[in-house]
Amino acid sequence: MVKHLLSIDQLSPSQIELVLKTADSFREVGTRTIKKVPILRGRTVCNLFFESSTRTRISFELAAKRLSADVINFTGDARSSLAKGESFKDTAQTLQAMGVDAIVVRHSSAGAPHRLSRWVEASVINAGDGAHEHPTQALLDLYSIREHFPSFDGLRVGIVGDILHSRVARSGVAALTKMGSQVTLVGPPTLIPPAIEGWGAEVSYDLEGVLPKLDVVYLLRVQKERQNEQLVPTLREYATFWGLDRRRVELMKPEAIIMHPGPMNRGVEIAADVADLERSIIIDQVTNGVAVRMSLLYLMLGAADRAVEEVPVG
Amino acid sequence: MDPAGEADITCDVLIAGGRIEAVGTGLDPGRAEVIDIDGAIVAPGFVDTHVHLREPGREDEETIASGSAAAVLGGYTAICAMPNTDPVCDNAAVAEKVAATGNFLGLTHVIPAGSLTHGLEGEHLAAIGEMATCNARVRLFTDDGHGVQDARLLRRAMEYLKGFGAICAEHCDDESLSDGGHMHEGEYSSRLGLRGQPAEAEELALARDIVLARMTGVRFHALHVSTAGSVEIIRRAKAEGLPVTAEATPHHLTLTDACLVDYDTNFKVNPPLRSPHDVEVLRAGLADGTIDNIATDHAPHAAQEKEAEFEAAPPGLIGLETALGVIMGELVEGGLLTLGDMVRRMSTTPARILGLEGQGGPVVPGAWANLVVFDPGARWTVDPGKFASRSRNCPWAGKELVGRVLLTVFQGRVVGRDGHVFTGAPVGILAS
Repeated sequence: MVKHLLSIDQLSPSQIELVLKTADSFREVGTRTIKKVPILRGRTVCNLFFESSTRTRISFELAAKRLSADVINFTGDARSSLAKGESFKDTAQTLQAMGVDAIVVRHSSAGAPHRLSRWVEASVINAGDGAHEHPTQALLDLYSIREHFPSFDGLRVGIVGDILHSRVARSGVAALTKMGSQVTLVGPPTLIPPAIEGWGAEVSYDLEGVLPKLDVVYLLRVQKERQNEQLVPTLREYATFWGLDRRRVELMKPEAIIMHPGPMNRGVEIAADVADLERSIIIDQVTNGVAVRMSLLYLMLGAADRAVEEVPVG
Repeated sequence: MDPAGEADITCDVLIAGGRIEAVGTGLDPGRAEVIDIDGAIVAPGFVDTHVHLREPGREDEETIASGSAAAVLGGYTAICAMPNTDPVCDNAAVAEKVAATGNFLGLTHVIPAGSLTHGLEGEHLAAIGEMATCNARVRLFTDDGHGVQDARLLRRAMEYLKGFGAICAEHCDDESLSDGGHMHEGEYSSRLGLRGQPAEAEELALARDIVLARMTGVRFHALHVSTAGSVEIIRRAKAEGLPVTAEATPHHLTLTDACLVDYDTNFKVNPPLRSPHDVEVLRAGLADGTIDNIATDHAPHAAQEKEAEFEAAPPGLIGLETALGVIMGELVEGGLLTLGDMVRRMSTTPARILGLEGQGGPVVPGAWANLVVFDPGARWTVDPGKFASRSRNCPWAGKELVGRVLLTVFQGRVVGRDGHVFTGAPVGILAS
């Protein structure tokens, strides 16, 4: 397994398969009364979060704790660390000096995990950097898709919304295309990044035209704070053209599923009743997130390239 | 190598009293020191139209002394210092201080550029006339770091400059379009999730500037041109006969936005590293003379400011000590430029743009002895730890370059030799 996980690009399809397969065992651990295994006892994982996040931090914290690692949480404000006080590098080296084994980093600045990995000995796991990547989200999404479809090969996935600012989309496209799926990015032209021919994804501005072909409809959160950048006239208009409501769900294939990385804006990218449909697997994504992160921490810190059969989950 | 004068010949050069006394074979040195540079090339010293010396204000990053020493090691006998210091060079006092410090050091000709607007704020004209007529004789004016965004103000600046025969130099950037960008907008900015600066932001500003240059008749110089579209705009302006010149940097001529894949902040510059197509067109423009000269945009930054998140790091890289090696290795060995082309673009032409006497050749008896001697075949590995510059933000660290400066002669005195700078011993006390 890789030393750092900064980008999905670093993982081969077989490494991704290993992460998912290993996660199966850990998924089972999460259903037990005593949800803890002693695999990473004595190891220390630091959650270094420079951007507010509840679900990702808790998910990583639970994953590490269920593996019996010691967990420390450092929550900083990127702006204050940039403008004054301790620099990012000093914070990193301070943690290093205290002997952490892995640093899970969330930062509003793209590339911050890359920078961090140059300054520390610990393994760095990217938990979301600006508009760059969110590789563990992509892995848990793959895991969740795999629970519904036998193979990624030829699967048609539509990612809908603010692709321009979305780290979930960047990691998702890379992971899905690597596994053989066909991705279509859907949204207004202002929210599609420039020069993305190399992504291997199709682009459409027409959600209703694309919906009948999709196996997975992946909705991205509309970031309300982007409102003043003149990317869409109003949220109302966004919902009118690119929001998933009951009427549009009728256009989907019967077996197609709905996904969302959370947190949702009900009534904007997803209608409230659609979020609660049977085919919406948004809550499963959250559950799977813990198992996939356990798998990753185990493979990166505990097991080198040991096969899943050797995982001592008993 | 004498691009401005006679054909290239193998010969001796006798220097006395600061000037070239004789050029020819079998010269009698008399009591002069003889320096054997057999096999090396003697050329007029390089002239850089674009450096940042950071003094006054950020002497931790560079000083006029350390920047001059870096120039010496790079073979430069004249450097034009941008006005974005603290305080800004927007008045005669700062301009005279910079020029006088350079003179006092006696390492290279330090030429201050003045700002176009007061405090680089883009709102009111700077004291252009006072700077142009003070002892520093400022000739080039720019708000480099930013373009002047207000067309009305730039028009007035251009008209006013004309009255003093001065040059308007612009960092072409329409900030309403590039605002917030950290790299070139394209394939890599999309992949890396960094906000992009579209090529069109430079091209829009350049096109506007050329329209205003035509309107006002000012001498216009485009700083660090970086896009294919900009080359085309300059080509058309020249075809029209407008008094327009343009520079390009070694980094824009050799590096692309792909260099940013690891978020290494030493590759973060403004204008940003562009696409391979832009580099190709820029090189062609340099070869055919559309781009007049090579300038380094030497921009020192403190380590703690570069060792930050990519978006938080300031743009800029240092280039004085690597320019020859990069250009020789990539463009001369690559077959784009002859040695003569290179010397013209690094010496003769920039000296002419800045209107410098005694710089840029010709290497003839009676001329000031401002010379560089370099070994065109020497291969060396860049170690920023050995730089004379106070900063280390060099993207070529660890890279092998071709072509090394052996000697730098400024006003007849050997100021640099084999990587050492001879600071001399200024005898006078700087007059107030």
